Parts: sequence; structure tokens; C-alpha cells
Amino acid sequence: MKKKIILEINKLSASIDTTPIINDLDLKIHSNEIHIIMGPNGSGKSSLAKILVGHPSLKLEKGVILFNEKNLMALTPEQRANEGLFLAFQYPLEIPGITNYDFLKMAYNEKQKLEGLNELTPLEFLNLVQLHLQELKIPTNFLNRDVNKGFSGGEKKLNEILQMLLLKPKLIILDEIDSGIDLDNIKLLCDVIIKNKESDSSIIIITHNPKLLNYLNANYIHILIKGQIIKTGSLELIETLEKGGYDYLIKKG
Amino acid sequence: MSILELNKVINQNYKYGFTTKMQNQQFPKGLNKKIIKLIHTRKQEPDFLLDFRYKAYQNWLKMKPPIWGNLNIKEIDFNAISYYSAPKKINKDPLAANIDPKILQTFEKLGVSLKEQKNLTNVALDAVFDSVSIITTYKKKLAKTGVIFCSISEALEFYPELVKKFLGTAVSINDNFFAALNSAVFSDGSFCYIPKNTKCPLELSTYFRINNKESGQFERTLIIAEKNSSVSYLEGCTAPEYKENQLHAAIVELVAFEEAKINYSTIQNWFSGTKSGVGGVYNFVTKRGLCVGKNSKILWTQVETGSAITWKYPSCILIGDNSIGEFYSVALTDNCQQTDTGTKMIHIGKNTKSKIISKGISCGTSKNTYRGLVKIGTKALFSRNFSECDSFLIGPLSTASTYPYIDICNSSSIVEHEATISKVNEEQIFYLRQRGLSVEQSVSLLVTGFCKEIFIRLPMEFAIEANKLLEIKLQEIRL
Repeated sequence: MKKKIILEINKLSASIDTTPIINDLDLKIHSNEIHIIMGPNGSGKSSLAKILVGHPSLKLEKGVILFNEKNLMALTPEQRANEGLFLAFQYPLEIPGITNYDFLKMAYNEKQKLEGLNELTPLEFLNLVQLHLQELKIPTNFLNRDVNKGFSGGEKKLNEILQMLLLKPKLIILDEIDSGIDLDNIKLLCDVIIKNKESDSSIIIITHNPKLLNYLNANYIHILIKGQIIKTGSLELIETLEKGGYDYLIKKG
Repeated sequence: MSILELNKVINQNYKYGFTTKMQNQQFPKGLNKKIIKLIHTRKQEPDFLLDFRYKAYQNWLKMKPPIWGNLNIKEIDFNAISYYSAPKKINKDPLAANIDPKILQTFEKLGVSLKEQKNLTNVALDAVFDSVSIITTYKKKLAKTGVIFCSISEALEFYPELVKKFLGTAVSINDNFFAALNSAVFSDGSFCYIPKNTKCPLELSTYFRINNKESGQFERTLIIAEKNSSVSYLEGCTAPEYKENQLHAAIVELVAFEEAKINYSTIQNWFSGTKSGVGGVYNFVTKRGLCVGKNSKILWTQVETGSAITWKYPSCILIGDNSIGEFYSVALTDNCQQTDTGTKMIHIGKNTKSKIISKGISCGTSKNTYRGLVKIGTKALFSRNFSECDSFLIGPLSTASTYPYIDICNSSSIVEHEATISKVNEEQIFYLRQRGLSVEQSVSLLVTGFCKEIFIRLPMEFAIEANKLLEIKLQEIRL
């Protein structure tokens, strides 16, 4: 059976303040795949994530991005989110004065409304979110704290995954989900993500850490250099990378 | 950029801007002794009040409007205003069934029911329409506990001695230009008296509605809390949309005796004028509370979203030892609105404490100013003040200013002042949008978070109202 294409990027070029960041990039992601994107600092990994979710700092120069056959660039950030695109931020933002519970409930019920489903009552939602909290081994008082305010780096990442679990996205982008988080929790996060993701959902993982691959069965590994994917392969690419670094890969072409 | 997208935010009109067509009794425009006498006679007031009004008028003639505010005010022609306007059919019968159905409908349309059984069961309401009070609900229930809650006109009729004793004690007739004007011509307002050792069993509230195009509203509220009593009071205000500006110059006086506590909240949503700044209410109000007794406490909470121009400084005079004054304010301005608001905390007694939390949100091309005085007198030993003034800029052309005045006359007291100013953070908005929330929802969430400290001070039902009001206001915002 032929797998459905979720994301198709064709000859994408993008810039920030007229500085080219992404150059002529192609990428195709089918349903139920895990893609890892690696590359040296400043190679455009996070920018790629940002242009997908519609961050205002990125400007499309040319190319097309199709998400479930829809032209992504024609959609606002919230429309993209509602189509099922989710970015776990590298640096999640703090929202002072709003409790995590209120924020999560609002985001969840907004999605329910869009899908023509009933909004959950406060109690129903509490029951739902508590299941996820248990899974992520987060204490309940997490909900009473202001969104990300005073959270440790690790807690912020857990909060991103909690949101992901509630919103059930079709394409999950994890931008350095492993930074600021200890090994045990990385394993926990990866397990929870894999266990809970919809069967046809796919994941893009942006990371510097090849160890992440011990916990996730990646289908593809892409090496991004200067805004271009210069190499795509499977696990053995990591071995080459670990031996010779990015320089070796660049020279080898 | 999301700033551009914010421009597309739906524009919801001021939903309280309708006019009720009424047969009115309106006094001829202009202000002179004859008009004052007319008001006095029409309201069948006790004699002492005519003297009070005349004195105030004499003072007013010698005074000039204050010009120190950070406001551009068109010159007001005080002879182009009618100082008394009332629906012709006024029934003194206290039953809602006997009120002119048009007025009933007006209040229903505003979301305020004058029928007791339909009302929030724990809130007693005084409804003021232009210059007169229409009805006060739950009077009987309150009377059982000795609480008096009625219009000030009724109070003058039935409890003239009480009114005489306290009227003008917190705000004297020559306090300022607008206070003098109000003292000369005030028409109605609310009166509350809470006897000793009594906790008022209901929330008290007054709803002020300006309907007439040419009249001003000059109401007067007087709340007295005797020893060891407590009361929570809330006022709400709306007005129709007119091209002309309307003047609203009110006075609120609070008196708290030993161990008494008064919690006074305002949700002010007068018509704020059109996008280009035509029309709207001039809201020039003097509010002051006297903490006369030991351990007394007065709390002012205000959510100010309406009016073309707001000029008000709800204040506390902390006379009794250990007395406490607190001021919590949210002021949201949009379009061409101008607000100069804040408080005065005057510490006179020993060990007195005050707290000021002010949140200003400026949108459009509006001007939002906090102005506050903290004065600690020579005898106010070991007193304490904490002030926090936060400004949130949403419109790139809007302004936020803070003018704190601090005057400390002894060395055992501590005064703290903190201030922050922040712009709407695009990264935060983007984060929320990435979770599927619209731009409006995102801005609204950020503002709600910004104002949280204030909203938790409002009585429950009103906190929800205030939040809704803010949401509606934010939907109107253009950047």
C-alpha cells in the first residue's frame, strides 16, 4: 500500500531580514514516519521548523510547502496549528497570570469546537489532563502554575509534550526537545510520544544529540548544512558523522 | 507580521450605545442660582441642602478647571448643559411592576434586571437613570439587618440628619472644580448606611445610565460603615452613543469607623467616543474614603474601559491608627481615549498601611496615565506603602505615563514604588497561535494575565463580567 504524503517541500528558499537561511530545500514526509534533522549550529534547522509553522520572522523567497495537500504559506499560524501542525518550541514562552490549566483547556476546547465536538467541562478536562500528567510523571500542581513561568528547562519541555498529547497533531516538530533535560526524562518523553502519537502521525526531530536515536526508531536522517539537505540516509549515517563530523560529510559531498 | 494581522481583528460596536426615547422633564440649559433652587425644590429637599448647594456654587464660580492632568480637554461650556433630566413618569412606588416599562426594558437590555426575583439573589441594586434613581431592590431584606440602602434623594427625605452629618466630610464643597460643581447641582445617587457590628448580607450595587443627550450626570454616593461593620459595593456605568460629549462629574464619599471595612468596586464603561474621537463621556470624578477609626479598611477596585476622558483618583485618608487603604486599578484605553487616573494615599495615623496596584493598557492612539500621591505625615509613624504601576503598550502610537508623587515626613516609615512598562510580545502571541488560538484570543489572554491581580479582587460575579468586558473591548482594538 502506498503511504500518504503528509508534508512536501519543493525547492524552498527562505530568508530572515534578507539573509538567506534556507536554500533550495526539498523534503518529503509520509504518514507514520520519523525524520531526524541534524546539522551544525546556524545551518537553518530551527528556521526550517519556524517557516513550517509560520513564524513571522521567516520570509518565503521561493518554493512550495504542501501540508496534507494544502499550501501552507496561504495559512495563518493558527490555521496551520488547526490543520495538525505542532511545534515543540526549543524555548517555550512564559505567559504570566494565566494558569497552565486555563491555557491547556482553552487550546483543547478551541480544537474541539473547530472539529464540531463538544467542549469539555472543567471537570471532564481535568480528568483527561490528569491521565497525561501521570504518564509524564508530572505532579498535578503543574496545572496551577502560570504557563511556563518559573519552570525549569526540563519542565518547560514536559509542558510542550503535554500540549502535544492534548492536541493530537498530525505532524510533530520537536526542536531540540532533549536540550535541558536529563537522560531518564529523554527516554520517558520519547516513549510517551511514540506511544501516544496517532498511528498516521509523523515526527520531525531537530537535534544535536545522536543518542536520541537509541530511543526513537528513525526512518530517515537528514544532514542540513547552510540551508540545504546535503545527505539523507539511515542509521549508518550517524556512524559516519560520529567518525568524521560534519566537515567530512561536506567534503565527501 | 502579526501586528498587521491584528489590524484585521473584528470590530464590535459599543453594545450599550442605544438611546431610549422618553418623555423627559429637562431643566433649561445653564447654571445659576435659579437652576439650583429649581433642583432643590423639584427634589423637595431639606433646607440645609440649599445652603450647601449655594455655598458650593459660590466656590465653583471662583474656581478653574484643573489643567495639570496629562489630558487634552476641549473647553466645556457649562451653560450648554442641562443640570436636571428625569423621565416624566416617575413613580415613587417601590415595586418594579410600576416602573415605566420603557425604563425597565432599557435596563433589561443592559443586562440588568430590576425585578428582585430575576436578579442575582445576593446583589441589591440601585438603578439610576439620568438624574434620578428609579428603584432600589431588596430594601426590605436589608432593612431587617438595619442596613439602609436607597437613593440619596430618599435618604434626604427619610434620614436627613444622617446625610447632613456626613455629606461633604470626605470631599468638601471646595475640594476641586468638579467637586464644587457636583456639590452645587448633584441630583441623585446611592446612600448606604451599615450599622454597628453588621456585615451587610448582600453585595450592594448601583447601575448608572446616562440617556439624555444634553444633560450631565452629577450623582453622589455616600457610604457609611459604622464600628465593626463591613460592606461590598459595586457600580457599573453605560451611556448611549452621541456625537456630543457628555459630562459626568460624580462624587463618592466613604466613611469607615473602627474595625469597619468598605470594599468599593467600579466597572466603568461609559461611551468612549468613535474611532476618530467624536463624542464620548467626560468622566471627571472625585472619590475619597476616610478611614476614621482604628483598624478600618477601605479598598478601591476599578476597571476603567470607557469614557472619552477619565480624570479620577479614588483616595484614602488613613486617620485611624493601623488603618489600611488599598487601590487596585485596570485602565484600558483605545482609539483617542485619554485617561489620567490613580490614587492618593494620605497617611495620618500611626502604623497605617497602603497598597497601590495599577495596570494600564494602551491601544490605538490613546493616552494612558497613572498619577498617584503617597503622603506620609509627621505623626504617621511606622507606616508602610507599596506601589506597583505596570503599563502594557499594544498600539504603536499609544502612550503610557506614570507620575508618582511621594512625600514622606517621618523616618520610621517605608515606601516602595515599582514600575514596569512592556510592549505586547510577538513571540508570546506566536506561541499561543501555534497552539491554535486566534490573534484576538492570544492578545486577550495576555491582557487577562496582565490584569489577574486586579480581577481576583472583584466580587466573583463581577470578576467574570469584567473579564468579558475586557474581551469585548479587546476585540475592538486596532493597532
